[in-house]
Amino acid sequence: MEQVFFFYFAIVIAVTAVLVVAVRNPIYSALSLLIMFFHVAGLYVMLHAEFLAAVQIIVYAGAILVLYLFVVMLLNLRQDDRYHRQWPMVAAVGVTLVIEAIVLTAMKGWTSPVVAAGTETTVGGVGNAEAIGDVLYTTYLFPFEVASLILLVAMIGAILVAKKHIGGDAPQL
Amino acid sequence: MTEISLRLAVSFAQILAEMSIVMVTVATMTYFERKILGWMQDRMGPMEVGPYGLLQPVADGIKLFFKEDIIPAGANRAMFKLAPVLTMVIAMIGFAVIPFGPDVSMEMFGMTIKPFVVADINIGVLYILAIASIGAYGIILGGWASNSKYSLLGGLRSAAQVISYELNVGLAIVGVLMLAGTLSLVQITEAQSGGFWHWFIWGGRPDGFFPIHTQIFAFVVFVISAVAETNRIPFDLPEAESELVAGFFTEYSGMRFAFYVTAEYANMLLVSCVAASLFLGGWNAPYPGTILEYIGLEQLAWIEHIIWFTGKVYFFLFLFIWLRATLPRLRYDQLMRFGWKVMLPIALANIVITALTLYFFPRS
Repeated sequence: MEQVFFFYFAIVIAVTAVLVVAVRNPIYSALSLLIMFFHVAGLYVMLHAEFLAAVQIIVYAGAILVLYLFVVMLLNLRQDDRYHRQWPMVAAVGVTLVIEAIVLTAMKGWTSPVVAAGTETTVGGVGNAEAIGDVLYTTYLFPFEVASLILLVAMIGAILVAKKHIGGDAPQL
Repeated sequence: MTEISLRLAVSFAQILAEMSIVMVTVATMTYFERKILGWMQDRMGPMEVGPYGLLQPVADGIKLFFKEDIIPAGANRAMFKLAPVLTMVIAMIGFAVIPFGPDVSMEMFGMTIKPFVVADINIGVLYILAIASIGAYGIILGGWASNSKYSLLGGLRSAAQVISYELNVGLAIVGVLMLAGTLSLVQITEAQSGGFWHWFIWGGRPDGFFPIHTQIFAFVVFVISAVAETNRIPFDLPEAESELVAGFFTEYSGMRFAFYVTAEYANMLLVSCVAASLFLGGWNAPYPGTILEYIGLEQLAWIEHIIWFTGKVYFFLFLFIWLRATLPRLRYDQLMRFGWKVMLPIALANIVITALTLYFFPRS
């Protein structure tokens, strides 16, 4: 049963991920991305990471993709200005990823999946969100703070870029 | 395999029951809204169909069902058809985690069934937030697919509004989550049992009456933001009829229009249920225990619980109608400024203060 669900999610993720870049209408590619986010959330639920699944939908589907759609609808992009000669780069990245996938598949038998079994038992006892909060504020406190700082810098940067006349005759809100 | 199918059958029965309750409540709401608006404006409201116009929702339903279904010439047909369905589905699935009765378990067919909640998942509140955040898609897509400038403007306004106010909803909830120490709506409601001074809007500690952990500011922020998120007056800019005809559903008619309206009412019902569960103790009575329990009818106590829950939800639904009859619509920049410069700081300050009081006066 689990296998059936896993392959369903995996296949839909693969197909919609390709559709995001293959479809001509930008609205349709945004919608394929939406379907992909939902199926990734489904994979998280299968791994008993319900918290991550919910956050995935709230952040990616609920906030980021809505903004994408917003911009796409306002700009009303023509199909021909979408890809300017990006094929060499796409091919380079694609070939690298395919080689990586082949190498990883070939190496699959060499490592034993002990790590996966260990994590599931530790998370099972306490609630999901509790477990994440616990490691986030103890073991991974430093990376967490660094990530927050980067986000803050990005926010200030975005405001600076948006407000061109800062300090001078800035339009009062 | 038979156990799985049995479990599925029970779940489907529960979903069906909950869906019918929601649909009946939505129909009732359309009637009450017209009637209460009428009374507030010194009119009679609907009086023609049935006694006191009671059959008006049925008449409306039949009318909308038989109306011609028009798709505008330049519309994107697939998206135009998909958008109302998406809105409707999203509005309906949020009810799965709402506990509308006490947390009892029944043993039936060799498995445990919780009759008053469809799915008691450990991330209940986050699930509601996730559902609420994707609710904007149906509106944006409907606005875009209609290929009309009024619809597009309505859809874009809605996207900006939902994103802005959803943040406040999420932050207002954080205080409650800190007090309850869980994300499950069932357990949050349980934590507020034993009298109204334990409800999170009052915020007494489990052993005291003094409102040291009061969440009244979070409650106000939550209710105002919830009104904004459901696109109701005074925040109904996505469908401002004096500026945008009808906003994102200008081009919709017949059943697709009915889907949008039903989804709007279902969303109102959902945020009312969430507000009642998070701040007003859900199905708990404002006194300890239940009256039916005191007079020796313990097995019927759930009736009293459900009556209290229904009462609280209808209080919020009445509030929605009351606001509609009272307030004029905000201007768009006022809406944004209010959301980001008034609501957001209050919600953030509430988190800090709740955390401090919890640190100095722990609940256990």
